[in-house]
Amino acid sequence: MAKYLLLKHYRGAPASVNDVPMDQWTPEELSAHVQYMRDFAARLEGTGEFVDSQALSPKGTFVRYDGEGRPPVTDGPFAETKDLIAGWMVIDVETYGRALELAGELSAAPGAGGKPIHEWLEVRPFLSAAPTITE
Amino acid sequence: MDEAPLRTLTPTVIGILVRRGADFAAAEDAVQDALVEAVRVWPDAPPRDPKGWLVTVAWRKFLDAARADTSRRHREVLVESEPVPGPGEAVDDTLQLYFLCAHPSLTPASAVALTLRAVGGLTTRQIAQAYLVPEATMAQRISRAKRTVSSAQFDQPGDVTTVLRVLYLVFNEGYSGDVDLAAEAIRLTRQLAARTKHEEVAGLLALMLLHHARRPARTRPDGRLVPLTEQDRGLWDTRLIAEGVDVLQAALTRDRLGEFQAQAAIAALHADARTAEETDWVQIVEWYDELVRLTGSPVARLNRAVAVGEADGPRAGLAALAGLDPSLPRHTAAAAYLHERDGDPVTAARLYTEAARSAPNLPERDHLTRQAARLNAELRG
Repeated sequence: MAKYLLLKHYRGAPASVNDVPMDQWTPEELSAHVQYMRDFAARLEGTGEFVDSQALSPKGTFVRYDGEGRPPVTDGPFAETKDLIAGWMVIDVETYGRALELAGELSAAPGAGGKPIHEWLEVRPFLSAAPTITE
Repeated sequence: MDEAPLRTLTPTVIGILVRRGADFAAAEDAVQDALVEAVRVWPDAPPRDPKGWLVTVAWRKFLDAARADTSRRHREVLVESEPVPGPGEAVDDTLQLYFLCAHPSLTPASAVALTLRAVGGLTTRQIAQAYLVPEATMAQRISRAKRTVSSAQFDQPGDVTTVLRVLYLVFNEGYSGDVDLAAEAIRLTRQLAARTKHEEVAGLLALMLLHHARRPARTRPDGRLVPLTEQDRGLWDTRLIAEGVDVLQAALTRDRLGEFQAQAAIAALHADARTAEETDWVQIVEWYDELVRLTGSPVARLNRAVAVGEADGPRAGLAALAGLDPSLPRHTAAAAYLHERDGDPVTAARLYTEAARSAPNLPERDHLTRQAARLNAELRG
């Protein structure tokens, strides 16, 4: 088994096919979308492939060390930041092909008009622990 | 309390319940419940007959569950009947459980999870922690696996090679979380080796022992990987090495070579060298030739190329590497190593950087990045 991160972007991914902002959807369309995500996670738990799912607020703050005895410097949020992560799902699956298949299904979540969003999701493999036998 | 001796009884007790008429899934649940109770009760009141205690408690748990499950009439009937001693002597229940848990209809991950629970006696939580997934996910993986094998005959002879694949996977997962999966894999393989004379079971056991022996030298306290050539051989566990070599030699005399025996032979040759320089690379290349012949595995060919580089010089190693698919895992890392040995640090540094980008795990990536950094610092002078 290998773990993959299915990454959803607010910004930075290519445009979806059904590219209507969420605030333009009807309340029913929003409910259908949320229900689809819940059902998807529940189904993956049932197949023994679910690890984690989280959503992030778009409001991020940049922080850095500013030297001994000084409070950290903060900056942002930056309106011009190109890449903005919206959330993720972590799955534990048998093959890379299975990871792509599940990302494809997640991308079919319904949006405006109840039609699939066809959203671009980023699939990233986890770096695992080192195996015992390598030679 | 040390749970390992208790867990050793798991497959035997499941087998007894199945022979008394419980189906595998229910028997397995009942024995898990009994194990949990044993961990709670035994420290204060250790039983005189641990196995008898577990059988009694597990059977009672099974009956309770069956009674609660009123919708299933056939179990009700079963509950009323007296347990009959089955034809247990002819077949080894523990061996049958290994086969069932590694049933070919299961995916590797399901077989691993089921084996650790039903043969190893680990709890779902322990298995989930070891594989870094939520307990609910692991519980589902296990119950699906049980459903998949529910129609399989408990008495059918299984294929020992599928069992070996599962045990190899458990061993190779390493050690994250509370459970030492490598040690657990060795325990389960030992238990299997005591029940079958199959040469490859011995081969796998030897392979595990020989690799486990090097574990104290494989990583620094900070988690850094130490390559074989740089390991402090004084840290190798000589007792495990001696045992591994004995097990391997006994298997090899039966003259039925398989891939695990060949891999163990390579590990034994490394273990035999007091210093890296004393390694008998010529013999190691010969064993890799056997391994390639047995498996045709591209990974074996890649490792063979590295061994050729040690036996006949880096040019010969690079020539052997040239015939292989560059997209193979660790191909670039092997090329980097051989180029450095060939006196070309510029190419080596570039390849180490490239190899780090595609490394499959964190310790290897860090190791490769460090190699690139070392060469780049030398090149800057």
